[in-house]
Amino acid sequence: MTAKMGAPPSATQGAGNTDCLLERPAERVREPALELRLAATPGPDEARLYLTGAWRVERQLPRLGSVVKLLEEQPQLRRLDFDTSALDDWDSGLVAFIARLEKLCRERNIACDSNALPDGLRALLELAQAVPERAGQGHLREHRASFFERFGSDFMDLLQSTGEIMAFFGEGVLAVRRLLLGRARFRHSELWVIIQESGADALPIVGLVSFLVGMILGYIGDQQLAQFGARIYVADLVGLATVVQMGALITAIVMAGRTGAAFAAQLGSMQANEEIDALRTLGIEPMEFLVLPRMLALILMTPLLAIYADVLGILGGAFVGTVVGGLTLTAYMIETQAAIGWNHIAQGLICAVVYGAIVAASGCLRGMQCGRSAAAVGQATTSAVVTAIVFIVIAAAVLTIIFDAIGLS
Amino acid sequence: MNTITLKPQQREVQIQLRDIELRYGDTLVQQGLSFDIKRSDVFIVMGGSGCGKSTVMRCLTGLLEPRAGRVLIGGVSLWQTTRSERTRLMRRNGVMYQSGALWSSMTLEENVALPLEQYTTLAPEQIRDIAEYKLALVGLAGFGDYYPFEISGGMRKRVGVARAMALDPDTLLFDEPSAGLDPLSARRLDELILELRDSLGTTMVVITHDLDSLLNIGDDAVFLDAETKTMLTTGNPHELRQHSGIARVREFLNRGSKKGSEPFSEDRPGSNPQKANEKGSDPFLDE
Repeated sequence: MTAKMGAPPSATQGAGNTDCLLERPAERVREPALELRLAATPGPDEARLYLTGAWRVERQLPRLGSVVKLLEEQPQLRRLDFDTSALDDWDSGLVAFIARLEKLCRERNIACDSNALPDGLRALLELAQAVPERAGQGHLREHRASFFERFGSDFMDLLQSTGEIMAFFGEGVLAVRRLLLGRARFRHSELWVIIQESGADALPIVGLVSFLVGMILGYIGDQQLAQFGARIYVADLVGLATVVQMGALITAIVMAGRTGAAFAAQLGSMQANEEIDALRTLGIEPMEFLVLPRMLALILMTPLLAIYADVLGILGGAFVGTVVGGLTLTAYMIETQAAIGWNHIAQGLICAVVYGAIVAASGCLRGMQCGRSAAAVGQATTSAVVTAIVFIVIAAAVLTIIFDAIGLS
Repeated sequence: MNTITLKPQQREVQIQLRDIELRYGDTLVQQGLSFDIKRSDVFIVMGGSGCGKSTVMRCLTGLLEPRAGRVLIGGVSLWQTTRSERTRLMRRNGVMYQSGALWSSMTLEENVALPLEQYTTLAPEQIRDIAEYKLALVGLAGFGDYYPFEISGGMRKRVGVARAMALDPDTLLFDEPSAGLDPLSARRLDELILELRDSLGTTMVVITHDLDSLLNIGDDAVFLDAETKTMLTTGNPHELRQHSGIARVREFLNRGSKKGSEPFSEDRPGSNPQKANEKGSDPFLDE
């Protein structure tokens, strides 16, 4: 009774494998193959595995699954040995195959006689088995948690991350208190650098985005209002939308992607490089030294950038209003001026301050929570942007309701 | 020069650990750690990879609160005191991190100057003088305006030492000083540790598994074991190597050969401060 797998041992090199022939021109290399033969007696309890050809990883190696199937069909098997007389060549591909096979045999109570294997191969097998797998280590991923276990651990994670966010804000408040008392320790030169990087350097991108959004608002408004012959009200629409919400929102989202991500990456790589530990051991609170100047910079710069975004948004609307809508620039500006009150500007500025704080806080929070690897820095950056945008949108909704309630709108 | 002539048993104890248990979350790292670090000793924390040496250092520097037990620095318990007192105690430690951990946005001089700016009332030019002097002390005079990414790994470690020494600490801690250094640079760093100890009387705590280095400089040591997750023994590394009753410690200190062969010279700069001082003033001259 025999069972063959892979190419038969007699199959020789065809024309298709010239690359191998080039490597070893003198040798005719056979495809790796195996054949399991059972002893001839009825109810055989012995089997011999014939290994032939070149068992090298760059070839198509026979799969173990086929042998497993045969072993399962013969539950009475108690002994397995090998014949390697026709084995041309081997490397780790064969060693790994035999190692796995031996493990399977042990599980099935089949004695595996490796005496017939090449000496080098047996030595390698022994080397791999010299240090047993440590219990409790490795195979971390094989553990599959049940639904309840996952629910429980997710809930604990949520509690923990909420706790971390609370602790971060608590420490933030303490840092602000020390700042107000004039006792906060940070380098003022660094504050100016951050202000420049997050403020002045962001002017082109914030300007471009707000001008284009102003134009888009203008187009949509113009198309709709033209139906009622009320094209002049495009100025009201663009002006109010921009000043009350869009200017601050655009600035905040650009800042989240640009500056918040940069903060997370900076603090994260400082964490990975033990630089934050080095500050802590000197008794310098990273909260004051790193987070506070970043928070200050964004709380100062986001409203200024938002005003700039408002101006360019209105200009974008005016461009459409004059070119497409046929209004004069003077009429457009007078209409805008009439539509916008100080209460609207105040709303926009309050929003901008809150958004700036959110962007800085989420960037710094994720950076400080970062693990000690390059991959963790990447995750921290992504997570900083996502956190910032989620909280900006939530804050926008909450602020709108509050403004309405206190009669500011 | 203030050379140290006291016998080890006469020196006062600087840092004491009592029944320390360290965990990350639920994972036990080490437990039952009790040992004393004496003033002006070079104290080695040794053990195989992954046994928790660096965690012990985080505990000694006050970055990680032990789950149980007490860390006493100069008799004051680090975690049973006020936050401001703990900060003050932590500042008496200087730490050299494995990779240097220099603040990458600052020049080398600013790195060394920052602790002085934060904790002294010196004028800026006085701070600059001290920073330059500390850099010169580790053989890096004239490198003040470089940024950390512009210098080699060995130089970064030396700047790390200079920064750790900025406030003239009572204790200097080194996390794997010889890791990633070529044998000569590693040896020079060892010599620097001994010279600083001999001239300033600073207590040195060195986390290492580099045999050559720990046998050369160590006065006292603790051996941490990864399997039993506790300390196996304390004592002078040379004595432990020859006479330790614990096979695993002897094996570690003899690089696995059980015969107790002598792969290292007995020339220990650490055993004779006078000799170490005679060795020439600048160990980095040929760099």
